[in-house]
Amino acid sequence: MKFLETLINGFSIGGIYAMIALGYTMVYGIAKMLNFAHGDIIMVGAYVIILFLPINPVVSIIAAIVLCALLGITIEKIAYKPLRGASPLAVLITAIGVSYLLQSLAQIIFGPNPKSNNLFEKLFPKFLESHRGGIIAIGSFNIKLSTIITLACVALVMIGLTLFVKRTKIGRAMVAVSEDKGAAQLMGINVNKIIMITFAIGSALAALASTLMMLDGQTVNFTMGSLPGIKAFTAAVIGGIGSIPGAMLGGIVLGLIECFAQMAGLGDYAVAIEFSILIIVLLVKPTGILGKKRREKV
Amino acid sequence: MRKFVKNYLSYTVIGSLAIILTIMGAIGALPGTTLALLEQSAIAIVLAVSLNMVVGFLGELSLGHAGFMCIGAYVGGKLAVLLSSSLGGTNILTVILALIIGGLAAGLCGFIVGLPALRLRGDYLAIVTLAFGEIVKNIIENSEFFGSHTGLRTPDFTTNRSMRFMLFTIGAVVVLLTIFVIQNVIKSKHGRAITAIRDNEIAARATGINVTKYKLMGFVVSAVFAGLAGVLYSYSVQSIQAVTFDYNYSIEILVIVVLGGMTVNGSIISAVLITALNNILQTKLGGNIAVAKDLIYALVLILLVIYRNAPSLKTFREKYNLGNLWIKLIKPKNDPSKVGEDAVRWDVVPTKISMDEVLSTDVIIDTTGDNSADIGERGGNK
Repeated sequence: MKFLETLINGFSIGGIYAMIALGYTMVYGIAKMLNFAHGDIIMVGAYVIILFLPINPVVSIIAAIVLCALLGITIEKIAYKPLRGASPLAVLITAIGVSYLLQSLAQIIFGPNPKSNNLFEKLFPKFLESHRGGIIAIGSFNIKLSTIITLACVALVMIGLTLFVKRTKIGRAMVAVSEDKGAAQLMGINVNKIIMITFAIGSALAALASTLMMLDGQTVNFTMGSLPGIKAFTAAVIGGIGSIPGAMLGGIVLGLIECFAQMAGLGDYAVAIEFSILIIVLLVKPTGILGKKRREKV
Repeated sequence: MRKFVKNYLSYTVIGSLAIILTIMGAIGALPGTTLALLEQSAIAIVLAVSLNMVVGFLGELSLGHAGFMCIGAYVGGKLAVLLSSSLGGTNILTVILALIIGGLAAGLCGFIVGLPALRLRGDYLAIVTLAFGEIVKNIIENSEFFGSHTGLRTPDFTTNRSMRFMLFTIGAVVVLLTIFVIQNVIKSKHGRAITAIRDNEIAARATGINVTKYKLMGFVVSAVFAGLAGVLYSYSVQSIQAVTFDYNYSIEILVIVVLGGMTVNGSIISAVLITALNNILQTKLGGNIAVAKDLIYALVLILLVIYRNAPSLKTFREKYNLGNLWIKLIKPKNDPSKVGEDAVRWDVVPTKISMDEVLSTDVIIDTTGDNSADIGERGGNK
């Protein structure tokens, strides 16, 4: 039972990482840049939920998703677009600057102290009355309702995103831009619009991930996005950055490693284990598990 | 005999400052807070100049500089604790020994990480260095030997005035040593190889430069000095905690380097300015303004990088380039065969090959292609 619970928790945490990793990987695939500020969009989403929570929990979630998508577009327009075509190092430093900016802004506006959230209580007041702590017990097997919701959401997002990329016109345009930006433009694809849409989708997914984290009782503070951001980023790189299935795989692998490390009593060293695996994967296969090799031309 | 770099300006300025301040301190004219600020500046200079070795000269992004500093701090601090019964924790020999061993330990880690990691480049290398920093922090945080979560207590130098000045003098010596070594490495044959890799790795490889060797060299030198800064840090604060050396600390050092324009002198000035500003804002104002400083740094960082790198601002930059004006004023002769220490231009990849340049000693290979600006394609990695 312990094993099964760990497995399910691993999938749930990994699913959240995968959802964040999708944002990294899509932006990398299309704009060829690492969006360091992606993790901090999670934090912004969480604060938006806290702000709108007194009105209505569902409204707060929708507001978070919409505002984060808009924030993603704005960041791209102001900070990254002027640097398109500049050296990768410059873009990376700007992204770090944006991340720093969002964190300090949040710290000024909301203060440095962590805020607790009652999103779950507000969404499912009746369920909490019948089930203590939001846990469903089937025999000796315990599962949280938030875990079930997370798993369902992650599955939906993954299926939806895969269909979107494969079946819709915009999705296929995204693939085209990631393959060859110049050729895509010659075929009449509006590259700027595609990049904008990518940032919007990635940021919306980050907001959704922050909703799921808050359902699980995550406290909100201005650095809450850093660690999940870095881990999701690790997941994206492990799976092969630029590849959508890779991000999903990487996220789930990372979540499972984290949960099983905890089960084995190595919880304190979880970060070291995860990052060591990242380094090993990068050394064995520098493009990640599902990444494509790109040849460098002079 | 080999010539050493004649950067008399920074040597004399820092050297004389150190002497004056030491004398002033010895006669008791300096309050303890000013001394602490000077120690912090010294640490920031060493960190910034050494990180600039990787970011400015090697052209790679390292996000794990605080990790190397952490190793230096803990190894040096632990050594002082171990030697406190025999040699004495605050003995000058202990400090020198700690500096040597701490620096070597950080350098060794740089070598171990660099050897495999430097096969990667750009974004991937940045991630591995970030991962390295987090691994170091995580392991030290959980290690009983290094005092786990409670941190490590290092000898207290603040009790005795003369000991504090000894530490201060050692700090000044380490700063001068860092600047001296890094500038000389950069001006040497190895340094030219390193800057060549930064400018165009493939071209450098084609001309027979052992890219991995030189990258590793730059990386290890940078790690050694980060380790030295760590040892200095561990002695100046009395108690160290692994949490201090997190990812944000690495970013802060990076901010200093970028604001300094990725040159040695720029890093020194920016390290001193930012440390002083931080200190003044935190102690004098406190509260929200202290937080606002992060906001200002972030904004300055973004605007500066965009201004310096945006392709659309190229003509504007060329017209009103203060940096070029400055260089023209102090260096009337522009000798292209010498690799300048001004790494200001690392970001500019030449887009045209003029005949004059081809006929002169430099060979410039175009990597972006002329159409790159039009369609916004980042060239070279298709």
